[in-house]
Amino acid sequence: MLFNYIKIAWKVLLRHPFYTFITLFGITLTLTVLMVLTSFIDHLLGSHYPEYKRDKSLYIMNLTIQDSARSSMNNSPLSYNFIKEHIQKLKTPEKVGFSTFVSFANSYLNGKKIKLNTKFCDANFWEVTDYEFLEGKPFNEQNIANGEHVVVITDAIKKQYFEDETASAVGKSIEIDNEKFRVIGVVKAAPVTRLMTFSDVFFPYNLPKSNYQTAGLQGNFTAIVLAKSKSDFKAIQEEFNASVNRIPLPIALYGQKYDVIEVRAQTYTDTVLHTFMSGGREIYFYIGIVFILLILMGLPAINLVNLNVSRIMERASEIGIRKAFGAPSSALAWQFIIENIFITMIGGSFALILTLIIISIFNDSGLILHADLSINFSVFGVSLLVCLVFGLLSGVVPALRMSKMKVIDALKSS
Amino acid sequence: MIKLSNIEKVYQTSNIETLALNNINIDIKKGEFVSIMGPSGCGKSTLLNIMGLLDEPSNGTIAIDNKPVEKFTDKDLAYLRNQKIGFIFQSFHLINDLSILDNVEIPLLYRTSTNKSRREAAKEALEKVGLSNRMKHFPNQLSGGQKQRVAIARAIVGNPEIILADEPTGNLDSAMGNEILNILLQLNAAGSTIVMVTHDENMAKKTHRLIRLFDGTQVS
Repeated sequence: MLFNYIKIAWKVLLRHPFYTFITLFGITLTLTVLMVLTSFIDHLLGSHYPEYKRDKSLYIMNLTIQDSARSSMNNSPLSYNFIKEHIQKLKTPEKVGFSTFVSFANSYLNGKKIKLNTKFCDANFWEVTDYEFLEGKPFNEQNIANGEHVVVITDAIKKQYFEDETASAVGKSIEIDNEKFRVIGVVKAAPVTRLMTFSDVFFPYNLPKSNYQTAGLQGNFTAIVLAKSKSDFKAIQEEFNASVNRIPLPIALYGQKYDVIEVRAQTYTDTVLHTFMSGGREIYFYIGIVFILLILMGLPAINLVNLNVSRIMERASEIGIRKAFGAPSSALAWQFIIENIFITMIGGSFALILTLIIISIFNDSGLILHADLSINFSVFGVSLLVCLVFGLLSGVVPALRMSKMKVIDALKSS
Repeated sequence: MIKLSNIEKVYQTSNIETLALNNINIDIKKGEFVSIMGPSGCGKSTLLNIMGLLDEPSNGTIAIDNKPVEKFTDKDLAYLRNQKIGFIFQSFHLINDLSILDNVEIPLLYRTSTNKSRREAAKEALEKVGLSNRMKHFPNQLSGGQKQRVAIARAIVGNPEIILADEPTGNLDSAMGNEILNILLQLNAAGSTIVMVTHDENMAKKTHRLIRLFDGTQVS
């Protein structure tokens, strides 16, 4: 039966090459946009290098203090002290790592300035993340305790800084902001979009320039809390919140008193959304995404519905014949839905090829530093689902109209 | 087998009412070969379509195997058409995008059967009408007579008890028309109940009973 339907769908496609081209062009274009968009969202929010454990991690990025009237607010990353007292002491997580946000430094090579993204981090940072060490190793607690001037650099920086790419950079010296550091490890560079982990060079957190000993709750650091499993998230959040609730209030800062502390251990997606859309406005992001998807899928689907409905008469004879020989309306409705899904799947295949080409060009373009957009199983799964929804959307209305035709009217119209 | 009582069919356009069938009472017995004759536009095809549950009467009742069908759902009617009735149309009504074999298989698609058994039944039906060598051809590669034989194969593939033929020889020359009539006579001899609309008096004479219509009214 299914084969019969697909055979008919294929013949209908071949019958009018121009119409088929227009239909497939529309479907392909729509699905390509959706697949590229899905791939981009996955690139931003999915678990990718060097954060493969994102789905098992909670992120603590900012700490906000407010006065009781909520008229004055101070929002900033965390201080080392806060991390030490309220995050590192948590018992539920498997591990806690921390680092600063990216800052900038300069290095000079043969008179040429190299601008570097820098980050200060602790030894556990290398365990809660998944940086691939191409050479050497990460700095450890001992290196940090000794106050060693060591640094981990990326392969991209190694390529820029050291003339001989084939020789190991480990043990060599690199001068950054007029200070010399010994290269201890070389990692594969991560995309700039990995907000919590991206950098060109990584220093131990206790080097003087990190200002890690600032007093108070706020500073330059963010923390990644690795859970034993995703199911521990709630327990970790409860333990963390309980610890924060023990902080004596009010807090005095720059002559102002603050009575409310707001700090959250959240999944990466929630953290990002909360940062860019504070005050519970994350919902607008989801509404926006749904709206864009509906527009992107809805308009071509409506167009396809119109095209399909206008072609009902062309298939009327077939509908009449099938009904005369015992096809119930539901079977016919399914036939046309399956046909539409089949056509959408063909469009989806073209879209997949087009998407692979587009993201390959995008990755090579350097628009996003070290971008690694890809079509992985989840992106492919979402794309497949989108194809199915699109096929259903554009197939149901024509299918219902076709299947409700009276047998005799359908036969006569041919 | 098929009982029509007080059948009336009215076609309504914006302000004109046309009475296509008026007070028709017919009882077709099992195993009969009945022909329906009358001038063009007298309602022969409308009557056959109502008999075959392809169209609804404006008034009156239809009973198949003594069961009135007025309250049957779309699904029930589809089931009845699929199991009990086979149609042969004057203009063949074959699906041009499907091969001969696929066309003949259509009634079996809506039954619970395996792909293999469907194929075998369709081949057998095509053999009966002498077209087993054309199975992979498409309708537009066949002559009118061959198309009608495909239509007969499709009508008999599911072994229905009733075959309704609407001018099955209307588009054929007389030699081909006789050939088709012979196939129908053989099917009737094998037990099928057949109702045939025809314009040809000679063909009608070869059937068991003749019903004549004039202006939508049964005259004999």
